[in-house]
Amino acid sequence: MTRPGGLPGLGGRGTRRNLLLIALLCAVMIPLPLVLPPAQQAVAVRVLIFALMGLGWNLMSGFGGMFSFGHAAYFGIGAYTGAWLLVERGVSPWIGMLAGAALAAAFGLLIGFLSFRYKLRGAYFALATFAFAEMLRLIATNSDLVNRAQGYNVPLIQGSSLWMLQFPLGSPGYFWVALALVAAAVAVTWLFLRSRAGRFTIAVRDDETAAESLGVSAMRYKLLTMALSAAITSVAGAFYVQYYMFVDPDLAFGANVSIQAILPAVIGGVGTLWGPVVGAVVLGPLSDVTATLLRNPPEALSMLAGRAGLDVMLYAALLIVMVLALPKGLYGTLAERRRG
Amino acid sequence: MTAEARPVVPEPRWGGRSLTAARAAAVLIALIAAVTVAYATQGQPVVVTQAVITGILTGGVYGLVAMGLTLIFGVLDIVNFAHGAFLALAMFVTFGLVAALGVHPYAALAVSVPLLFALGWVLQYGLLNRAMGGPLQNQLLITLGISLLIENALLLFLGANPRSAPLPGDRALPVLGAVADTSRVLAFAAALALAGALWLILTRTRVGTAIRAVAADPRGAEHVGVDVRRIYALTFALGTACAGAAGTLVAPFATIEPTTGQLFTIVAFVVVVLGGMGNVPGALAGGLVIGLTEQLGGVFLPGQSPMLPVFVVFVLALFLRPQGLFGGNG
Repeated sequence: MTRPGGLPGLGGRGTRRNLLLIALLCAVMIPLPLVLPPAQQAVAVRVLIFALMGLGWNLMSGFGGMFSFGHAAYFGIGAYTGAWLLVERGVSPWIGMLAGAALAAAFGLLIGFLSFRYKLRGAYFALATFAFAEMLRLIATNSDLVNRAQGYNVPLIQGSSLWMLQFPLGSPGYFWVALALVAAAVAVTWLFLRSRAGRFTIAVRDDETAAESLGVSAMRYKLLTMALSAAITSVAGAFYVQYYMFVDPDLAFGANVSIQAILPAVIGGVGTLWGPVVGAVVLGPLSDVTATLLRNPPEALSMLAGRAGLDVMLYAALLIVMVLALPKGLYGTLAERRRG
Repeated sequence: MTAEARPVVPEPRWGGRSLTAARAAAVLIALIAAVTVAYATQGQPVVVTQAVITGILTGGVYGLVAMGLTLIFGVLDIVNFAHGAFLALAMFVTFGLVAALGVHPYAALAVSVPLLFALGWVLQYGLLNRAMGGPLQNQLLITLGISLLIENALLLFLGANPRSAPLPGDRALPVLGAVADTSRVLAFAAALALAGALWLILTRTRVGTAIRAVAADPRGAEHVGVDVRRIYALTFALGTACAGAAGTLVAPFATIEPTTGQLFTIVAFVVVVLGGMGNVPGALAGGLVIGLTEQLGGVFLPGQSPMLPVFVVFVLALFLRPQGLFGGNG
């Protein structure tokens, strides 16, 4: 890697340009909730949660090359740690978020260590990550410590408090917090990729044998990437609980969560800095669009009024089309064209 | 996947016979020990007997479901997350025929098997063949998309209400003080028959030889005149046809819902890894191990989900013997 900032997927030559872009996008987005109607604001927050999950997944699976089908494990650890500390101990969600990130990173290290120790690859690695997420779901469902299948409701407080991460309905506070978290995640990803560790990670992804022969410890950088990826995804989980004020084992650890972490990156561009964000912008509004469509369906679809499933069908179709037609994703394809 | 880990539908090769036999014996002894401990510690022996019988019968069903998956995994190297969705589709076809025409549930086999075969062929030829040779996750993502499409189409058009397609004259047969449903016993017998049929197709026919050749070395097979893309389509179609047969056979005792397949997909993967991918008899044996693990887990850990011990076995198998309990050493 001789050219700084010229890493694949970092999108351009300028070393500082991505930081500038983050700042610029934030500046543009900050007034957004003030002009959006409440319903659209909820969509915007969902987009940001998708982006955060996707950024986490992309770090490990896109840049690290370790395909995870179990990011629900980290999302759920973040969600449950935050919820448990808040409900059972009255601890601020911010501290819960940090604790969740630490726990998720530790769990990622455990899974990673076992998987690499026993040389799991490809399909077997994906299945192992899936199995761990499902195990956590089953344990949460049957454990009195975390309220079994009922999960947790976030207790309401009087008024709004940034420290307790709770704002009145329709307040732009949630959006701003989520925006800050996403901006931080993009910045962390960018800094990681520019760092020595990030470059070693990409070297290990591209050719593990070659990297090891040059003295790069593959295990070490894979584990580091997994821990960071797990921490970012867990933050999405912790924020999710605060925003929707509810969590149960399926919402936290279900297979759908793992899929939702994969989709933004695949649609936007696996292994690109901005791919998950672009993918989230596409995915976030889909379910609202279909819900609106099915609430007042056109004549031809009248028998489907009020039915569920159309949104998932749409993003499933989108997923297949993307993999076959644009395997580099929307952003990845564009960035490549522009570099030409 | 590294070259040495390439999946191969095993020849009827009994080279490592003593080792395989030793491992099979070890698994058998572990299961027998678990059953003995259960009898010794549980107050009511009939509970354990029932667990063992249910475990064996459910295990047969798991093996039945996993057979198509192991074929696809072993030959095409595709992590087919849509397998359960194919199964659910076959269940709904069965339910539809029973509800609309009043036919016997098993008569639906005449529709579900060819239908799923055709669907599998079209999907592999039209979609998945384009992604063959690409990164592994591309095929996984496509099957994931197919699975979400099928499940949610069923949800959208038919709703989430659970359905059933009971077997006329289904009753509980007494076995050693415990009971076994006729429909489950028949499904178990069908699992054995299907395993036998697949085994014969793979080892005794020209097509089967071509499938095994493609599994072992696609490029080599192409050089000797095998149409690899056709064999891919055929193998995937055979796999989905198995899911079709399994779906119809389990329809009488399963709750038919759009998401029914998810649980089966998970269990089928566990069984495939345990049995060794591409190993049809291994799938049957793996199914029995998982069926018994699940039931005995319920006896030993009554408060926990029966799936938890299954996942523990799965993770151990992934780490320690990813080539399967009964396979050779890769």
